[in-house]
Amino acid sequence: MAGSAWDGVRLHVVTGKGGTGKTSVAAALATAYAATGKHVLIAEVEERQGISQVFDVPQLGTTETQVARGQRGGDVYGLAVDAKTALMEYLQMFYKLGMAGGLLERFGVVDFATTIAPGLRDVLLIGKVYEAVRRRPGRRGHRGERPYDVVVLDAPPTGRIGRFLGVNHEIAGLAKMGPVKSQADSITALLQSRQTAVHIVTLLEEMPVQETVDAARDLAALQLPVGAIIVNQEREPIVSAEARALVTGDAFDAGPLESDLRALDLRVGPTLVGGLVQAGQDLDERLRMQDRERKQLAALDRPTYHLPFLHEGLDAGGLRELAGALGRQMIAGAPHE
Amino acid sequence: MSADVTPALDIDALIADPSIRTIVCCGSGGVGKTTSAAAIAIRAAEAGRTVAVLTIDPAKRLAQAMGLTDLDNEPAPVEAVDTSRGGSLDAMMLDMKRTFDEVVMQHAAPEKAQQILANPFYQAVSSSFAGTQEYMAMERLGQLHAERKPGGWPRWDLIVVDTPPSRSALDFLDAPKRLGSFLDGRFIKLMMAPAKAGGRAYLKVLSVGMGSVTAVMSKILGGPMLRDAQTFVAALDTMFGGFRERAEQTYALLSDASTAFVVVATPERDALREASFFVDRLERERMPLAGLVVNRVQMTYVPSLSAARAQAAAQDALDLPGREDGWAPSDTIGLLHLHADLAELGQRHAAAIGRFTASHPDIPQVQVAAAAHDVNDIDELREIGNTLTGA
Repeated sequence: MAGSAWDGVRLHVVTGKGGTGKTSVAAALATAYAATGKHVLIAEVEERQGISQVFDVPQLGTTETQVARGQRGGDVYGLAVDAKTALMEYLQMFYKLGMAGGLLERFGVVDFATTIAPGLRDVLLIGKVYEAVRRRPGRRGHRGERPYDVVVLDAPPTGRIGRFLGVNHEIAGLAKMGPVKSQADSITALLQSRQTAVHIVTLLEEMPVQETVDAARDLAALQLPVGAIIVNQEREPIVSAEARALVTGDAFDAGPLESDLRALDLRVGPTLVGGLVQAGQDLDERLRMQDRERKQLAALDRPTYHLPFLHEGLDAGGLRELAGALGRQMIAGAPHE
Repeated sequence: MSADVTPALDIDALIADPSIRTIVCCGSGGVGKTTSAAAIAIRAAEAGRTVAVLTIDPAKRLAQAMGLTDLDNEPAPVEAVDTSRGGSLDAMMLDMKRTFDEVVMQHAAPEKAQQILANPFYQAVSSSFAGTQEYMAMERLGQLHAERKPGGWPRWDLIVVDTPPSRSALDFLDAPKRLGSFLDGRFIKLMMAPAKAGGRAYLKVLSVGMGSVTAVMSKILGGPMLRDAQTFVAALDTMFGGFRERAEQTYALLSDASTAFVVVATPERDALREASFFVDRLERERMPLAGLVVNRVQMTYVPSLSAARAQAAAQDALDLPGREDGWAPSDTIGLLHLHADLAELGQRHAAAIGRFTASHPDIPQVQVAAAAHDVNDIDELREIGNTLTGA
């Protein structure tokens, strides 16, 4: 598959239903880009400290910190975006009002802006990501901050993604003009441009797929560019279709299976034979569900990538495995192992 | 093994205890909270209790599994439950905006209420403020408990409530307090000051820096937005008392012994970490914690066969002689590999749960085995209820 579809994309937004592994996928995508020599920033906005856990580094603060080294000079920096810090930076950058911060804090204005005021919090959070995406080498006024080739945003889950990215829509009724409005406009212009892709992570299960379909529709309605569908934790047909047909059939003759097991010096009894057969039947049911859900996703007509289920978890090279799989499918020139 | 000493979470005992009037299911997103809430509610109704289940954002198919095409703000009877023991079940979904509107109408004078409902700031807050859903879920819970049937008895004797998919599972606990303290705070006074022309009492206290704060806000928000916010706050002024009182009542209800918190997780690191935070927080605040439900635990059908042994056997099986047709040694190899994967996954799940148990040995827990498919009908919800209770 030609990975060049994403060549012009500088901001990869990764969303998905809770529990689908969107943080792991975002981390894998960042790692995959770093493996091609890119400078990558991965940002989270929900105060969950998911990035530090996936990369197994100390908790991230509000400064950009290296979390992984790539190949060919590439690297991954991590950032936990915090609305309060973003507000202070914003005040300093645009109004030179750094000194006013303490005063605003004291009057509860900061609390208001970062928790209560609708939409403002999201404008601040995405605003920080926007700023990182727009940095260019040598551009002045950014206090020597690092420019990045690619920014990966570990975004809120599908249930909230439209509201989160639709900042403009969200504040439209409130701010018809003024600085908040113009900041939201600039952010929206970036989000709706070809520099942005919103990828949706899903499992091949009914509820996550339904949410994926709903989210794709909501994003399209907001004119936000739906990127790829990334299927996570896909189960392999580790038992052949013929064998599955036999174990799920009416009159399965366990004789040959038993004789194989006996020849392997296993203690053959109803628990062993029945248990293995039951596991085979479960797998068959699971694979049928995957086929059904894959068809649902196909109707979305988006590039679709597949990541394996890691029985051993994300530790022990799991992240590298996911990054390798994603890189091969998504990024032109990614290393082939 | 820690499993020997960890107490079992007895959902049936909770259901059977008439003094338990609220069950709150909480946990991080995607752990099966809503499904657990529905399964518990059905089981309680079929055990004879008069139950309402309040879901926050249910998947369509969960509603369909209960035989309802759609859920909304009004409780709808779930006809499919077995009522032979005298129980019943009503299901509904939280309508955040409507609940908020009702609060406003209840606490403000009619013309003031209209003013608030029409304010653009209110409209945005009531449908999108990150904490509104949490606050309104708790508000709705209070409303449901207050409903009476003819004769003055409570309409339901048990309410099972699902919690919003917050960025943190703790948000709904904090929402009432946060709103309460916000409404009490200096910010409100700041916003109110210009509205109360010549409000000297405020100015005396707050004058230091107030002018500059307002100037900064006007610069950031722009004049019109600041004015809308001021109007909104001024309109809310009349109902502060009501809000705070409500927030306190809700908190008291949640702390009461008639409530039981059921923390839901999956045997994954993130979900269990979130569960740990939640359990610790509930204990610290002396909230009535019933225990932990761990969904989607990989169980193995052949506990005696380790992953390593199965893999070794699969390796040896490469040398087995083939057969003419039907079952081939490669099929045996497939099943052995499958078992090895499941055993490995099961081990990982057990280790993750073990870590939780090690730091929370007294917390009752129950594990629900991973299913090969999603919930399709009420029988499958009953089946989940059975596994939840070890029946």
